[in-house]
Amino acid sequence: MDPAPEKDQKWEPKIIAFLCNWCSYAGADLAGVSRFQYPPNIRIIRVPCSGRVSANMILDALKAGADGILVSGCHPGDCHYISGNLYARRRFALLKNLLEFIGIEPERINFSWISASEGEQFAELVTKITTRIKTVGPTKRLVKKIG
Amino acid sequence: METLFSQATEAIKREARALLESGEVAAFLGFAKGSIPTVTRPFVARSPEETDKLIWNGLCVMNLANYLPGLLKSLEPARRPGEPPPEGPLPKVGVIATGCWSRNMVIQIQENQLIRERLVILGIDSPGMIDRRKLESLAGGKEIQAIEEAEKKVVISGKGFRLETARQEVLRDNCLTCTHPSPVILDKKIGPTMPERHVHEPFARIEEIERMDADSRWAWFQKEIECCIRCYACRNACPLCYCPTCFVDDSHPQWVGKSVDPVDTAIFHILRAYHCAGRCTDCGACESACPMGIKMRLFTRKLQKDCLELFASEPGLDINSPLPLTTYGPEDPERFIINGSKQQGTQGGK
Repeated sequence: MDPAPEKDQKWEPKIIAFLCNWCSYAGADLAGVSRFQYPPNIRIIRVPCSGRVSANMILDALKAGADGILVSGCHPGDCHYISGNLYARRRFALLKNLLEFIGIEPERINFSWISASEGEQFAELVTKITTRIKTVGPTKRLVKKIG
Repeated sequence: METLFSQATEAIKREARALLESGEVAAFLGFAKGSIPTVTRPFVARSPEETDKLIWNGLCVMNLANYLPGLLKSLEPARRPGEPPPEGPLPKVGVIATGCWSRNMVIQIQENQLIRERLVILGIDSPGMIDRRKLESLAGGKEIQAIEEAEKKVVISGKGFRLETARQEVLRDNCLTCTHPSPVILDKKIGPTMPERHVHEPFARIEEIERMDADSRWAWFQKEIECCIRCYACRNACPLCYCPTCFVDDSHPQWVGKSVDPVDTAIFHILRAYHCAGRCTDCGACESACPMGIKMRLFTRKLQKDCLELFASEPGLDINSPLPLTTYGPEDPERFIINGSKQQGTQGGK
């Protein structure tokens, strides 16, 4: 998994983004149709609600070699399912702290609220977290190596 | 010698016998002697005669709440899936409960795993339970053949040695930081009420780890779980782990591989702890059950600290207040959320 030194400059982080169907996914779509530029490092997984994203999924992505995680949902109060993101907020607060506690770099785990009208903010957000993840380099902890 | 523990043992035997003889309960859940002196085992008495085997001492470390849902189910008349339970009251179970065990029972009631009416709870204030590993290291590898225990001291003896120590010195780590020794739900109280405990720094060890940098924390975490053999004893001892299929047994998707790959072990420990978030009462059964002496309680302890700090929640103390992750507040802390437009709060809040 260690990239060779000469490849180091070319290393680009892989970021798994869990976006909720109703707000953030539409926000990402808007960023696209509005032609806002943002780094191509994210791989989007559309989920029904940010409340659907469990710790299992986040850890599974890290295990599979994701350099960073983004979970984004509707702003509090705007959830399509009324309170899904509010439950998620409590869970993410604990999960982020736990992962930091055991030594995962805090830069890798990111949570955000993006509404369907925030295409520009989505582009900004992705730019920002890609830069942050680049500062910590390729992921090593929690990556399962085969063989 | 008449001690706190022999008195409590007698009281438990007497109460259990009375409950079984009167037919009020179909079974009584307590502890019996284990195969070696440093270990006790959970024991179900189903007849008045069997209550003679019940004991009570500082080595009763397993959490009895863990066995209740299964025991109650086994006492119900057999029925087909989907068939409603028979009319009339179902058989009851008598059980001993200290502070943390009773809090776990409250959580199980809140999570619809137990019915309060089917329990007869004998409440007993926890004297703090003994860590058998501390006893073993005190004996320095020699075999402990007998343990005598009084309120303030413990005497261990074996071939050619006899050692006396203060009870405080051999208590489990979780008992040393426990602030709720008294049961929160009970039908009858046994033994004296323990004086209220004041713990100076209940989260001292957690704060110590938090002060380290990410690399040292990762090194600590790796070292801590290095010897894990993935026997899942910590999960099986835990009264919070009652899922019919645990995430470790899922094969599609397979969250955790079957090997003892360090990454799989790490993910197992992270998720096991995380599943106890906002529910763990720090009973220490996981650590006591671990054959390798892993201090996995620190992970749940961290979550406990965060629940207290972020949501002001201590689970199991009040049956009417919801568990922290089953509820939410409009003003919940969200400093860790990156806000694309406002450009603030980029760092996770501790």
